[in-house]
Amino acid sequence: MREPVAVVGIGQTHHAAARRDVSLPGLVREAAQRALEDAQLAWADIEAVVIGKAPDFFEGVMMPELFLADALGAVGKPLLRVHTAGSVGGSTALVAASLVAARRHGTVLALAFEKQSESNAMWGLSLPVPFQPPLLAGAGGFFAPHVRAYIRRTGAPGVVGPMVACKDRRNALLNPYAHLHEREITLERVCASPMLWDPIRYAETCPSSDGACALVLTGRAGARRSPAPPAWVLGSAMRSEPTLFAGKDSVSPRAGRECAAEVYRQAGITDPRREIDAAELYVPFSWYEPMWLENLGFAEEGEGWKLTESGATALGGELPVNPSGGVLSTNPIGASGLIRFAEAALQVRGQAGEHQVAGARRVLGHAYGGGAQFFAVWLVGDEPPAG
Amino acid sequence: MPEILSAPLVVEFPFTRSLGPVRSAFLTGLRERVVLGVRTRDGRVLVPPAEYDPYTAEELGELVPVAATGCVTTWTWNPRPLPGQPLGTPFAWVLVRLDGADTALLHALDVPGPQAVRTGMRVHIRWARRRTGAITDLACFEPYDGPPGQPGRYDGEFTDLVTLLNAPARLDYTYSPGRAQTRYLRALAEHRITGERCPRCRKVSVPPRGACPTCGVASEEEVTVGPRGTVTTFCVVNIKGRDQRIEVPYVYAHIVLDGADLALHGRIAGLPCDQVRMGLRVEPVWSGDGRHPDHYRPTGEPDAGYQTFQGRW
Repeated sequence: MREPVAVVGIGQTHHAAARRDVSLPGLVREAAQRALEDAQLAWADIEAVVIGKAPDFFEGVMMPELFLADALGAVGKPLLRVHTAGSVGGSTALVAASLVAARRHGTVLALAFEKQSESNAMWGLSLPVPFQPPLLAGAGGFFAPHVRAYIRRTGAPGVVGPMVACKDRRNALLNPYAHLHEREITLERVCASPMLWDPIRYAETCPSSDGACALVLTGRAGARRSPAPPAWVLGSAMRSEPTLFAGKDSVSPRAGRECAAEVYRQAGITDPRREIDAAELYVPFSWYEPMWLENLGFAEEGEGWKLTESGATALGGELPVNPSGGVLSTNPIGASGLIRFAEAALQVRGQAGEHQVAGARRVLGHAYGGGAQFFAVWLVGDEPPAG
Repeated sequence: MPEILSAPLVVEFPFTRSLGPVRSAFLTGLRERVVLGVRTRDGRVLVPPAEYDPYTAEELGELVPVAATGCVTTWTWNPRPLPGQPLGTPFAWVLVRLDGADTALLHALDVPGPQAVRTGMRVHIRWARRRTGAITDLACFEPYDGPPGQPGRYDGEFTDLVTLLNAPARLDYTYSPGRAQTRYLRALAEHRITGERCPRCRKVSVPPRGACPTCGVASEEEVTVGPRGTVTTFCVVNIKGRDQRIEVPYVYAHIVLDGADLALHGRIAGLPCDQVRMGLRVEPVWSGDGRHPDHYRPTGEPDAGYQTFQGRW
């Protein structure tokens, strides 16, 4: 019998292109302290710390978890580093949750961060490996051909990508922690922004952010002491596959489909579109919204863009996607997945403020990473899991 | 067994560090020839100062000056200094507890030989002549037989704080692509593109990895593929990466070579970017002594039908 897992503390930093006012320890501390305050717990109440971030090259600090131990109150406790590229924030939450579910620890801090201003992610993703042609720069160029394949496969009209970008940037205006607050954003402006990796425009691309996010996870006893209603984990899974292999579906990777299916099986969800009230999906480039809607079973294959185009994924729509503004508005890479998971929990706790989805009771958090090869998903709800 | 290829891989970047209030004050202090520590709630003074108490996790901020004199708490001899280390001549690495501090600082001690070092010996700071607000402002320690020094002067504030540190890093690797890639790269040098067929699923992977990524079994059977192939998808790159040499715009494409089951990635040239399309038939073009095709160009054949390459993105 597993221990049910509850989210009782949520904290994130104010995200920005460069948080020059804080050191790396100061950045992670800001998020962790907010999560502890939210849970009304002290450092001594935390039994283990799980920390995640994307590749070390992104700051050039090898094994940063070692020197972040004192900032995270980890002295004398287990401190565990997780790495699954861009999905690491999601994986970090799930590793922490598994420590609670297994009754290994009663209360665990999950934290993920990136301080992109200390390096350059495009450089970090394009190392000059010998014998390989230096063809590619960064993630945008890698994913753009997959986006083109999606558009070809589904016949989606070109405006769908800009619609997503416009929606997410507008949602970010309702989120005080978001990095981008583009008050002047319009669909026309998105469409007029430069094509960086055709078919991906500048305004359809995630920013580069400094930021961190933290969650306090606990079991039933901890949840009873929680000052605010907890969010309960109803289902969770991680899946992986190789970057490249014959038969890989880069548009809708099998690992992503199976990850979602496992979460729904655990949570007893048979019709995700109707039974789930909102979703925080890892959408670093606009078109990944319709792509993931299909991959995660919210829409039939080839139909995801119709959901977006109909306005169903807007705040106030039938299935709001990324009410926080998403990765398109805030992207401290290592933290981006955890922010998705945290925002899902905020929604079911009714604490999302201006970007609250009315009546959200079951919300999905999703992260992907690498060459669309690592997936992490959880579904949280306002009531403990049955049984 | 032919020799496996290998080559140097240098990973180098000028990282920066934003310092936060405590480290910012510490490094600015060094520029002003003042060593600052931080006082914990139980009265210990940590030098170098930490932002968070290593025992209680409490946030720390009470900065206090300590002396430039202290004693060696332990040491080791460094007979062959490396580039970038504090001294160019052999020296001792020492942990020094400065007078007024409860913890020790790691630095170099300038002495002629290991016989001149002992735990407990008194030392003081030799300041660098040019100081910028970095740990190198403290040039090194040297033996000292005077009385304990007074704490440096610090009134709680500095003008012109150092807030950012440049931290260039360089890693030197020897990279080897391994057996399967070496075979592939040697064939490329002869302008031949090869893959490997999986003995179980019969799929041909290009470039080969020595094992099938799906079945997990070793793949030995080499297959020559192409040279012609089909563009399955692509993007037009309009933004240049750091240190990238290819001029923009260019087309970055996934190309399934005839006989391959996995697309490789290449640049398309020989026609305007806006005329590149899915299904375009292409062939490799080598130039100079490049190992890889410089780019792929249209063959002039009719485009391949969507059904023939769908799913092989």
